[in-house]
Amino acid sequence: MQEFLQYFFSGLTNGAIYGIIALGFSMLYRSTDLINFSHGEFVMIGALSMVTLTMTLKIPVIWAFFIVVFGVGLLGMVFERLAIRTVKRPEPIVLIIITVGASIFLRGAGMLVWGKNAQSMPPFTPHPPLDIAGARLLVQSIWILVIAILIAACLHLFYRRTLTGKAMYACAINKQAAWLVGIPSKMMILLAFGLSTGMGAVAGAIIAPVTMPAYDMGAMLGLKGFCAAMLGGLGSLWGSLLGGFLLGVLEAMGVGFVSSGLKDATAFLLLLLVLYFRPQGIISAASVKRF
Amino acid sequence: MIRTDKHLIACFVFAAAATATGLLVENAYYLQVMIFIGINTLLALSLNMLMGYAGQISLGHAAFYGIGAYTTAILSTTYNISPWLALPAAVFTAMAIAYFVGRPTLRLTGYYLAMGTLGFGIIVNIIFREWRSVTGGASGFVGIPPLEIGSFAFDTDRRYFFLVWGVVLFFFIICRRIIDSRVGRALRAIHDGEHAAAAVGVDTAKMKLKIFVLSAAMASLAGFLYAHQIFFISPGTFSFLASIRIVTMVVIGGMASIWGSLLGASLLTLLPEWLHAFADYEMMIYGLVLMLVMIFLPQGLTRGILDIYENSRKKNDK
Repeated sequence: MQEFLQYFFSGLTNGAIYGIIALGFSMLYRSTDLINFSHGEFVMIGALSMVTLTMTLKIPVIWAFFIVVFGVGLLGMVFERLAIRTVKRPEPIVLIIITVGASIFLRGAGMLVWGKNAQSMPPFTPHPPLDIAGARLLVQSIWILVIAILIAACLHLFYRRTLTGKAMYACAINKQAAWLVGIPSKMMILLAFGLSTGMGAVAGAIIAPVTMPAYDMGAMLGLKGFCAAMLGGLGSLWGSLLGGFLLGVLEAMGVGFVSSGLKDATAFLLLLLVLYFRPQGIISAASVKRF
Repeated sequence: MIRTDKHLIACFVFAAAATATGLLVENAYYLQVMIFIGINTLLALSLNMLMGYAGQISLGHAAFYGIGAYTTAILSTTYNISPWLALPAAVFTAMAIAYFVGRPTLRLTGYYLAMGTLGFGIIVNIIFREWRSVTGGASGFVGIPPLEIGSFAFDTDRRYFFLVWGVVLFFFIICRRIIDSRVGRALRAIHDGEHAAAAVGVDTAKMKLKIFVLSAAMASLAGFLYAHQIFFISPGTFSFLASIRIVTMVVIGGMASIWGSLLGASLLTLLPEWLHAFADYEMMIYGLVLMLVMIFLPQGLTRGILDIYENSRKKNDK
């Protein structure tokens, strides 16, 4: 039981991270019909710049957090403006290669700026781990869980209650119709990129204290976040978060009770099962279009 | 068919050029690079049949490349079977796996197909890495024997060069024959519109599966050639990034173009060699080149350069 609880906690923590990354994928897909293969690299930049800001520049964690999120969001917008909007033929295959190119570029840049060694930083709040029925729960894990749920709630409110959010959703449904009723669709896509990469930075910033971030951490995180998004149904916000938790917990159980070699395979096995049997995701309704 | 004749002439010219290169180049390093270009051309061609002609994207093609390499490595080293018997086994294994994976996967389209093939590729790579007792795990598989026919061994770079480029030329001709056949027309119909193709009587599911299996067979043959050239294989060579590299060769060279595969494979093999000079900037430049080509010449270099040429000629005519 104690063992199970321990794996469950570590699964929840990882799951929350996958969930936030999945949210980034989902909301970008929802607004632009696009998958950003360099999303994981924005997570990496978020994590590493968080370390630099708090450890080298000694900026308080809370300020550093906001600077990182806004900075990376801005970087995402620059990326959209320079590399996505300029594309002559926006077909999936072309966009896939451009975003893959961007991920290689950003990874190279990360290696130049931060070097090849892993970095580290202390947790947000100095507090000994909690003891729950014999299992240890890091305080940073609680931070991660709370922030993940907060982010999803904020996004939910943004799409439901604000004019900008509704406009963005309208753009996703039909760009031309949205344009006809006066929604600046290009602005919306730019904003969606900013929000999505900013969310990637949130994921990076909050795991910086628990994972030793390095320049090559992004690829796997990005791919697993994507698996989580597919699991919950691409485009569905709460689905993505739930998909993240499900993936995190299953992965932790797989590592704990079966074999540690299985860790990375879990996500992709689940991905294949979902694609073959329920391409609309396990949570969302069957109405999601399947291209 | 005038087109086929033209292609045959091009193949002759190409064969002559390859023979001359093979005989004249003395530098071992250049020969090695050109062997890799040949292997990569075969890979790019295999994916181009699937992606360029049939319009089905695969982000897991390195899996079949790896299956070919590992099957021959395990059979010819661990079990001491002749590589020439391991070759059909390698190709057949890849084809069988492609058949069973392709059936559910090829029903998907767009990003979903991309993710399905990506997931498959990564799982196969994890198997290479984790099944230590058979594959040697992350540290790789050593001691793969060279290819021999009787007492004649393909043990020098020059001999291997001719073997690899002979195979490439053979597949240039085969692929052109397929493309110009009834099957090729059906594939292009699927590319342009799957429902429309089905409406005029093309069995789309069967066609896609056929070309997927053919493509896997060619990729595994490339893996076979790779394993017996380098005598050492490790999972890193067949990772997700390797799959992306094959896709990039096809797209940068030009989709639905046999010669584009050759161009793309040559560029992507040579680019890292040139970029070594830039050391730490290598990755950034590589990423930047990918992005720039896709932004400005989304149809690939072959088509893109032809367009620029035709446009400038039109201007001159005025």
